[in-house]
Amino acid sequence: MMDPRLGIINKRLENVKRIIAVSGGKGGIGKSSIASITALCLSKKGYKVGLLDLDFSGPSSHIILGIEGVYPEEEKGIIPPEVYGIRFMSIIYFAGNNPSPLRGNDVSNAIVELLAITLWGSLDVLIMDMPPGIGDAILDVIRLIKRMEFLIVTTQSKVATEVMKKEVKMLKELGIPIVGVLENMRIRELSSVEKEIEHFKVPMLGAIDFDTIFEDTIGDVDKILESGFAKQLQKIVYNQFT
Amino acid sequence: MHEWALAESVIVTAVDEIKNNKLKNISRIQVKVGELQQIDLGIFRFALENVLKSYALGMDIENIIVETDKSVLKCKVCGTEWSFSETLNRLQDDETEAIHFIPEVAHIYMRCPSCKSPDFDIIKGRGVWIDSIEGET
Repeated sequence: MMDPRLGIINKRLENVKRIIAVSGGKGGIGKSSIASITALCLSKKGYKVGLLDLDFSGPSSHIILGIEGVYPEEEKGIIPPEVYGIRFMSIIYFAGNNPSPLRGNDVSNAIVELLAITLWGSLDVLIMDMPPGIGDAILDVIRLIKRMEFLIVTTQSKVATEVMKKEVKMLKELGIPIVGVLENMRIRELSSVEKEIEHFKVPMLGAIDFDTIFEDTIGDVDKILESGFAKQLQKIVYNQFT
Repeated sequence: MHEWALAESVIVTAVDEIKNNKLKNISRIQVKVGELQQIDLGIFRFALENVLKSYALGMDIENIIVETDKSVLKCKVCGTEWSFSETLNRLQDDETEAIHFIPEVAHIYMRCPSCKSPDFDIIKGRGVWIDSIEGET
């Protein structure tokens, strides 16, 4: 028995220049905000950008960007709709607002299916919004996609930092490129994140202050782009990509 | 029409088999199509024929055998087994279409007929699989 979908995935991504998973061990540290708004900033700058939300239990990118009322087009595969210049794919097109009670094997199969049937076309960068943890989704994208890179998000919380270090350690061990570590929701100037990752020899991309009004901008990209969070992230993104 | 994408994946796998196993040609491919994914066999065969030509695999479409694989779903809570076709009439059109694209969303729209749990295994008949590829060395 052979799974034919596995052989087609890298062909589907052959015209995508960079594939970056936005990851981080803990939940609630802003991975989806960073993934979505990174995609938005790059799109505004004229880059051809795709955004794939692989967090099946808690898909959030569409909520952050206020994406609704769009659906992929079917044409020898499925073509993600383009919103704010971003080609956006998510399980929400198929799951709606319903809970997705998927076990590991189902998560893997759904990821393989999405990667096998989505026609991204030519992109400068595909951003993947990853679920928390170092489970099925991360292991699958590493297993299935050549050229994966990871952008790791953490906060200065000891709990988040410890989990982040585990992920960095695993990626280093597997030889997977890490774009760098981004500290989010900074509440104090003094932070140990940079020191904690020093011995991994992974770049520190920067820090974003905790933005108390960011929550009020969610769902409205114009307001988002005016937020302190987006302005700080934009600087970091443009330093990295332009 | 995402049958095309799946058909292409079958042919690409055959092309890879030629390369990986240094085969002279492919003489027969046996494909199983899981009931749960509700593949339109007419479109799938048409797509296979066309993709076959574009990859110049040099084999006859008649040597690609496509068979439907009946689904078996098994509840992890109470152990009940059932098939997709037995519960199909309880699903809305948009729900069956969603399952067609991503069969795992069956866990969202289907429930165990005995205990109503969404926690079930898709034992067989999920989607497109290659049962065997035969070729000359």
